[in-house]
Amino acid sequence: MGLLYTLSDALYSNLIRESRYLLLVRGLNMTVQISLYALLIGIVIGLLVAVARITHIKVLDGIAKLYVDVIRGTPVVVQLVIIYYAVLAGSGLPKLLIASVAFGINSGAYVSELIRAGIMAVDKGQMEAARSLGLSYFQTMRFVIVPQAVKNILPALVNEAIVMLKETSVAGYIALDDLTRAGNVIRSRTFDPYTPFLLVAAVYLYATTIMTFFATKLERRLHASD
Amino acid sequence: MIKVEGLYKSFGELEVLKGVNAHVGKSEVVCIIGASGSGKSTFLRCINLLEVPTAGKIYIEGVELMEHRREIDKLRQKVGMVFQQFNLFPNLSVIENVMLAPVQTRKLDRTAARDKAAALLEQVGLSDKLSEYPNRLSGGQKQRVAIARALAMDPDIMLFDEPTSALDPEMVGEVLNVMKKLAQDGMTMVTVTHEMGFAREVSDRVLFMDEGVIAEEGPPAEIFTHPSQARTRDFLAKVL
Repeated sequence: MGLLYTLSDALYSNLIRESRYLLLVRGLNMTVQISLYALLIGIVIGLLVAVARITHIKVLDGIAKLYVDVIRGTPVVVQLVIIYYAVLAGSGLPKLLIASVAFGINSGAYVSELIRAGIMAVDKGQMEAARSLGLSYFQTMRFVIVPQAVKNILPALVNEAIVMLKETSVAGYIALDDLTRAGNVIRSRTFDPYTPFLLVAAVYLYATTIMTFFATKLERRLHASD
Repeated sequence: MIKVEGLYKSFGELEVLKGVNAHVGKSEVVCIIGASGSGKSTFLRCINLLEVPTAGKIYIEGVELMEHRREIDKLRQKVGMVFQQFNLFPNLSVIENVMLAPVQTRKLDRTAARDKAAALLEQVGLSDKLSEYPNRLSGGQKQRVAIARALAMDPDIMLFDEPTSALDPEMVGEVLNVMKKLAQDGMTMVTVTHEMGFAREVSDRVLFMDEGVIAEEGPPAEIFTHPSQARTRDFLAKVL
């Protein structure tokens, strides 16, 4: 009886009182927005970087490789804070935009590797067969290699989206009210260290579970033609 | 049709071709035989520059390939190639596999290309598989699609790189029959093969390669019955 009372009391004070659940809702909304924009930016950067690396133009390849190494070799929080304070702070740009760019730049490095791996995974004989028919390199990429690579890349890309959703939890470092920070705000009001973050965790898990569900469906559909 | 002079090819330290000289006349059917690692596939792949030679000259209908590398896409359209592993495009249906190159490189309109592809697929006995995807086909069917795909570009020369080596034994015949038919129709063909029966029956000339050179060549009757070289005899003793 006592335990049940404590539980309902905790939920009441952390969710209902002062409509605190709204903090979580807005936080999730912010988290989803950052993730979505960042992923789009990441895909664009990733594509460009992957192309730069695949074409073997020395200068481009060098720059692209440096970018990938730097991004992958440093924590995303540090990148976010550097971009926020050192690069874009004085610009007066909205924080959501800055965070999206920062996470996008971060994601681009990983996405570029996904794309590169997806293209490399296409059998070498495909390029040879297409070229032997007289198709140019670009025609071969467009009609033969890329369509097959997309199949390799898409599931990994959904996975990257799931990772992104969780990684944006450090957005609070630049005082952006994302889901994790919402938990922090509630905690500071209720002085309950457990309940807010258990709730936050539940929301993250719920969101990623939905995404995983769609990822599995997508993967199954892509494999249908194999 | 094809003339090769002093062809050398190295992969790093490994010298695979050590001065190959060869010529193939119009409508001639040439089979290349030899042990694994003798350089026969590399030689064949050099003929359409899938491997770039280290040294030497390759003439296709009088045009030297290395001097015209910028136009290689055009030159390759004259030289069809069939691979051991078929290399069909799994993202395209059978008929799309055959149509792709003519539509993209010749700007042939899709209806004309489709008709032509259908006719070619009928030739190789696959009229009922037009809209199938490659992964639904048997090895023999895949290889016949690959032949039709190469023929769709109206090549003057066809190169076959061990076309039956990846096939189950019961499917070898259907592919060889298509090739025989092609040979009878006057196609210029160069085939790397382990099918000695095919080489003996269909080819006008057999090249025996050993250690990166053509060790012996001649009409199949001669090569198979009384080869002049000891190493040819050794090889044939092992495979026949």
